[in-house]
Amino acid sequence: MTTATKPSFVYVTYIATTPEKVWQALVDVDVMRQYWVGTKAGSVVRVNVSDWKPGSSWTHERLDDSRTVDIAGTVVECEPPRRLAFTWARPAEVDDTSKHSRVAFDIEPYSDGVVRLTVTHDGLEHDPGMLNGISGGWPQILSNLKTLLESGHALPASVAAA
Amino acid sequence: MSDLDKVFKALADPTRRRLLDLLHADNGQTLSALCEHMDMTRQAVTQHLQQLENANLLAIVWQGREKLHYLNPVPLHEISQRWISKFERDRLDLLHTLKRNLEDDHSDKT
Repeated sequence: MTTATKPSFVYVTYIATTPEKVWQALVDVDVMRQYWVGTKAGSVVRVNVSDWKPGSSWTHERLDDSRTVDIAGTVVECEPPRRLAFTWARPAEVDDTSKHSRVAFDIEPYSDGVVRLTVTHDGLEHDPGMLNGISGGWPQILSNLKTLLESGHALPASVAAA
Repeated sequence: MSDLDKVFKALADPTRRRLLDLLHADNGQTLSALCEHMDMTRQAVTQHLQQLENANLLAIVWQGREKLHYLNPVPLHEISQRWISKFERDRLDLLHTLKRNLEDDHSDKT
């Protein structure tokens, strides 16, 4: 990381797969819908929608009839299959960049057939509400993603919701 | 040793659980900051941190020349998912909140 800000959270998981498959899981809605869901019963599947070009907008949308946008921001870096970074804001605050926090995914080959995926979220220190909300969320998403890529099977909840 | 064995072995030691507690309270600390709370040599703390890192319970971020330690809860999450079904989570949350309120939140620290 070259940024001078100290991350609020860093999450690491090792996945027996290829960097390309992890990358596809981060940018392809059809893969995202299979793992981007919480643990609790009744959790809604959400997906991240963008053309993933630096400077483009992205939205974190519910995959139901409402298509409610819960989070939005701007794509900052997109280097397949190594690094994806974007800003993160409530939809009502998306025009005020001082309210944005930052998320980065780093994908590194670790050992034979294993990829290290690191998610860093920084800029949350002034937003305890968001910090609380996301701190339970990321481990869940990463754990789901690992299960999906290693087993090739979607999680039961996302099948029900799809 | 399997990944899961490493996690349980790392958690089996009260000093290492204390280090995780310190990071849970204030994430992203340096070795020096952590040592202030620990009654042991810097070298001993380093070894405990190394074991936590090997178990993937710690993530390291370099900020300039500072090495920052982050609690990585992903392996713990995987353990809880293994034995807790999603339909139990709301009930367990309620039970946990009830216990905490009744006990005034000073238990479970070791």
